[in-house]
Amino acid sequence: MSKSCLVVDDSKVIRKVARHILESMAFSVDEAADGQEALTFCRANRPDVILLDWNMPVMSGMEFLGAFNDLDFGRDDRPRVVFCTTENSIDHIRAAIEAGADEYVMKPFDRETLEGKLQLVGVA
Amino acid sequence: MMGGTASESAYRVLMGVLESRTGQTLSPNRIWRIEMSLKPVMQRHGIGDLDALVAALVTSNSRQLLDDTVDAMLNNETYFYREHSVFDDIANSALEHIHRINLRERRLTIWHCGVSTGQEAYSMAMLLAEQDSKWAGWRVDIVGTDVSYHAVGRARVGLYSQFEIQRGLPVQRMVRWFDQTEAGWLAKADLRRRVDFSVQNMLIDRPPLAAPADLIFCRNLLLYFSLPMRQKAFARLRAVAAPQSFLILGAGETVLGQTDQFVASPRLRGLYEPADQQVRHSPIASQAAA
Repeated sequence: MSKSCLVVDDSKVIRKVARHILESMAFSVDEAADGQEALTFCRANRPDVILLDWNMPVMSGMEFLGAFNDLDFGRDDRPRVVFCTTENSIDHIRAAIEAGADEYVMKPFDRETLEGKLQLVGVA
Repeated sequence: MMGGTASESAYRVLMGVLESRTGQTLSPNRIWRIEMSLKPVMQRHGIGDLDALVAALVTSNSRQLLDDTVDAMLNNETYFYREHSVFDDIANSALEHIHRINLRERRLTIWHCGVSTGQEAYSMAMLLAEQDSKWAGWRVDIVGTDVSYHAVGRARVGLYSQFEIQRGLPVQRMVRWFDQTEAGWLAKADLRRRVDFSVQNMLIDRPPLAAPADLIFCRNLLLYFSLPMRQKAFARLRAVAAPQSFLILGAGETVLGQTDQFVASPRLRGLYEPADQQVRHSPIASQAAA
């Protein structure tokens, strides 16, 4: 069965690039343009992994993560969260880890980097 | 024509230089890249094309030009925790085994042969540092060698670009073991001091090991050698391997049909052991049975 990924990014181009890479890795892909859309999606669905931008209108990636952590996915069933952002400072990275991110991709990224990170969180 | 615009004899000379200096041969799929790889070297030395480069190599006696030329033709591809399941196997099984058999000497020696820019050796150093209590009181030596002086120079500095630092390295380890600087991600002093790097030709030089190696990484290097050179390389690896040790090759590499010095480990899939020792001991199996 193919794995599923929710791509959360306000940039249509980034979503398209991520979708292209993920589909070539046999992921089924859903998209959300901000944290609020992503949260609504996650209340009804359980993707295997969430690729999460930091800066977005309506609800940022960090705000999403705070609310997402309150959702009940059952033990050991929490989707993995991989930040994918231009916020590349070590302070941002530390904050994301503390907030519960499983991995971190600094933009710009390529297929190999993304694939490696998805392997590290056990979904590829 | 073998590659781009240069004469065939120029390519032959360059391939000969590479082989005589490193033992490596250029496969057809790397020959076409020679001109591109050497472009920065030619620019640096004010040389117009490959024929002129060969002429300069033959006539100038410039050690720097020779080193730069050879370096540029090497493939320095590497990344952190490459084929990470190999590192899981090493952490979970091979190190356990070595810990048991070396308990009296309390010594662990690891050789990364063809270490390139250092990511593989630092990967092991981080892994071992995170098992600090297990190795407390042990002498742990991690030695990385490579024929490329440029790669070894980079390994010693331990500075990686954003692209390099993201390849294979879990983010938790990245923030623990590296500092973000304006120039890139710099390995912390506490990590750098755990690894020694030196420039060596593994076909000629004896690696600077204080004891026989318990773990030898030689991944994606032997594939660039001709069969006779590969056989010589295996003999050299065997010469410094501890009796009960493990050899780790690249994913597409094997000892089958290449050497009788090492055989596939019956305990750890994908790892190899010295052939003359392998049948005499079966500590993991016997421990499990005991």
